[in-house]
Amino acid sequence: MQFPILSIILFTPLTAALLILLIPGERKEEIRVTALAAAFIAMFLAAWVYFSYDAAAGGYQYIEQYAWLPTLGISYHVGVDGLSAPLVLLTGVVMFTGVLISWGLDDRPREFFAFLFILATGVFGVFMALDLFGLFFFYEIAVFPMFLLISIWGWKVTREYAAMKLTLYLFIGSVIALVGALAIFFRSGMNTFDMLALEQANLPVAFQKFWFPFVFFGFAVLGGIFPFHNWSPDGHVAAPTAVSMFHAGVLMKLGAFAALRVGIMLLPEGAKFHMPWIIFLALVNVVYGAFIAMVQTDFKYVIGFSSVSHMGLVLMGFATLNLDGLTGAGVQMFSHGIMTALFFAVVGMVYDRAHTREIPKLGGFVKVMPWVAVAFIVGGLVSMGMPGLSGFVAEFPIFMGLWSYRPWIAIVAAVSIVITASYIIRVIGRVFFGAMPEEFVGHITDVTVLDKVALAVLCVILIGVGIYPSVMVPLVQTGVSNVLRLFGGA
Amino acid sequence: MFGNIDTTMVLAILPKILLLVLAFIVLIFDLVWGDDRKRGLGWLTAGGLAVILVVSLLIGRPSDEPSLVWGNMLIHDWLSFVFELMFIFGAGITALFAMDFKQLGEHGEFYLLLLTSTLGMTLMASAANLIILYLAIETTSIPLYVLAGFFRGDDKSSEAGFKYLLFGALTSTVMLYGFSLLYGFTGTTDIYALTRSVINGDVSIALVLGTLMLVLVGFGFKVSAVPFHFWAPDVYEGAPTPVAGFLSTASKAAGFAVLMRVLLAAFPASVPYWAAIIAVLSTASMTLGNALALAQKNIKRLLAYSSIAHAGYALIGVAAVSPLGTTATVFYLIAYVITNLAAFGIVAAYSRVSGSDEISSYAALSRRAPGLSLMMLVAFLSLAGMPPLGGFVAKVFVFAAAVKSGLVWLAMIGVLNSIVGLYYYLIVLKVVYLYRSEEEEIPVPISRPYTLALGILVIGIILIGTVFAPWFSWSDTAAAALF
Repeated sequence: MQFPILSIILFTPLTAALLILLIPGERKEEIRVTALAAAFIAMFLAAWVYFSYDAAAGGYQYIEQYAWLPTLGISYHVGVDGLSAPLVLLTGVVMFTGVLISWGLDDRPREFFAFLFILATGVFGVFMALDLFGLFFFYEIAVFPMFLLISIWGWKVTREYAAMKLTLYLFIGSVIALVGALAIFFRSGMNTFDMLALEQANLPVAFQKFWFPFVFFGFAVLGGIFPFHNWSPDGHVAAPTAVSMFHAGVLMKLGAFAALRVGIMLLPEGAKFHMPWIIFLALVNVVYGAFIAMVQTDFKYVIGFSSVSHMGLVLMGFATLNLDGLTGAGVQMFSHGIMTALFFAVVGMVYDRAHTREIPKLGGFVKVMPWVAVAFIVGGLVSMGMPGLSGFVAEFPIFMGLWSYRPWIAIVAAVSIVITASYIIRVIGRVFFGAMPEEFVGHITDVTVLDKVALAVLCVILIGVGIYPSVMVPLVQTGVSNVLRLFGGA
Repeated sequence: MFGNIDTTMVLAILPKILLLVLAFIVLIFDLVWGDDRKRGLGWLTAGGLAVILVVSLLIGRPSDEPSLVWGNMLIHDWLSFVFELMFIFGAGITALFAMDFKQLGEHGEFYLLLLTSTLGMTLMASAANLIILYLAIETTSIPLYVLAGFFRGDDKSSEAGFKYLLFGALTSTVMLYGFSLLYGFTGTTDIYALTRSVINGDVSIALVLGTLMLVLVGFGFKVSAVPFHFWAPDVYEGAPTPVAGFLSTASKAAGFAVLMRVLLAAFPASVPYWAAIIAVLSTASMTLGNALALAQKNIKRLLAYSSIAHAGYALIGVAAVSPLGTTATVFYLIAYVITNLAAFGIVAAYSRVSGSDEISSYAALSRRAPGLSLMMLVAFLSLAGMPPLGGFVAKVFVFAAAVKSGLVWLAMIGVLNSIVGLYYYLIVLKVVYLYRSEEEEIPVPISRPYTLALGILVIGIILIGTVFAPWFSWSDTAAAALF
């Protein structure tokens, strides 16, 4: 038997969460150190998996399978392919940087880190799951702790409302998808929840057409698809920094990924039938999200809506159902995850010091926190899709895929890049440059070393993937060819 | 009358014999021990029930073939056995919860009534004859009426006991009328012999259905399904909290044991419509239970409405009329009994300190008692159906059973209802974790029986939700006894 590395990644945060709960609540330093150690181990192992994945061989690797409930064909079955390996790495990175940035959290850090790590367990589980039941199991684990994390440690003004809205939206989506999954299970007649087997089930076309919207939208709610996106900016804004990072950075990918894995891969005929109109919803996401982001005055809402816009690109990439589009979407999931984690980290750092997020009231922060300013500019350039950064590597193939699907959609979607540039540059100009308002002078201090480490890690990844795309693109392509095989082509 | 009494016949009723013995032991010690030692009766009862549980598991297990014993009065099969274990477990936990209530745990009668009622439930689960079934239901109910009104000085408790008695008496007479009609139509009171007459078409469908409705009134009362649920919120609110917990778990499970056996054995699937009636009851229970729970300010009333909703979820499995459906219902009940006992246990533990059952009194509980709050989190999330807790798997199984039987609409109603459920459970958790209170420096002392019982229950909830194969195979074996 090979070394069960995926299980170890999966259970590291869970074990850490239980250990943390055993530490008395007032020993805060020990709690933080335990959390950091666990996060580092998880990130390290995730990187190990990523770099040792054999892209030449492709397919699912590091597979582990144990019977869970044989009577109903449920098994604990995990493995990664070219699409999920980057996402596992993403989760590890966001977890690690999230812990660094939450170091100063003082209200019940024990519960905070425990819930955050339970959330991380669920996220890892979904990205690795090859069993449909297991996927739902971990998906719900990932959705729930958000409620407590946001409502306890979130922004006082909207946290209760936002936490409840988010939880209910996501739960509605997931339970409706669950019914769809059960229908797939029984219709296949194979008495197994193994997704690799269900992919070969050849379900009747009419059945696929009927159930595809339930399953796809059930998950895509978490991916932020229009018109079910409006939990997301509220949720991002209300959440504490590390949770926003997790949320926008990782959880939205969870929705998109599950929509791909269960919706598109198990019901390919349904996908072919429905995608031509779903692509319009994604187009609305991209363009409308960008426009809304442009008119926000709250720094965090700008980033929140930019996530809606960028996740639209991921869903559009899916909807093209061709190699370029899907590859771009795969890279975009990773790139946007890192980028938006960086953005929310920056917003958190600014807010913690200025106690306001109103863009007109801010200014001149580059002088006191140069690291933060540089990091935000790097993230901003990624978001605009500048060549040499990961955003370009992701968005360019998406637009290529769109062009070969319908050129005019690519043209309309490209408008969003201009709008993105306008709001990002506006934020950079207003928040970091210009004159610092009177009341901040002398009160604002630079960020801590731990914060700088977190920002540096995120920036290095964005630049690394940008200047050396081969570190990711071929890998994602092997995952995409897996998907396209189900559509009868490669 | 019974022919030769052999060991199999004795083993078949072993848990019942042991319960009776334990009741006598408790009675004797109640006389012997002075008032200052009466609390020890709780340990005695709980310990005795634990021994009964183990002994039954070791030597009382039924064979795979159901066997009718004692002149076809009782049936010894896995269905009855699994339910018996559930009742004994529930009674043991209830004894632990009650110990530290002065007016409850220091009275020997309390434990005696608890054991008698449990004995009645074990008879309900294994009754194979309408007469014994009726006697069993009354043996269960009468002690429960007394238990609900156990706080004599408390008006609410007396009201609860009296209300429960009136509703119980009414529904049980209606049910008894149904039984008498069944006997009149078929000439037998043997549940398994009824089947033949019904299938042979000796009796017209309309009459059978009408009778079935009458019988369902009694069963619906026991499981507190809408529209026979009116007693539940008032009784739960007024009754001593451990008793309310017992009512909402063991007593409800006993109702389900009878419901499943009578419907599936006496009114088999070949009789149309009854599944539709159950589906309607299920829909109404889920929807109304959840909708009314939304508005509650008192945690016991909230749990009462939530337990009505849970009866609805469990009925989904019955409405599916399939082996998977019955398995799912049994599994659901196992998970529900453990989870709901935990929920009521936490309420009991905290109300002893706070003296209030208002949801608002739970503010800042997570600062006062982090451990108790975590247990509450586990219990409530399991009720809401979140993994990795028992409630999630249980819900998936009942929905799966519905989808398999073509009742996709019922599964959809179920999942939509579980969202409403999630909402009000989260509201309670929000009070616990988010709100502040002026008393947040005051710790919440938890006595040893609570620590023990809640510890067992929380571990149970997590085990059912993660290592579900053994529980599922138990439920499966139990369900197989009916098909």
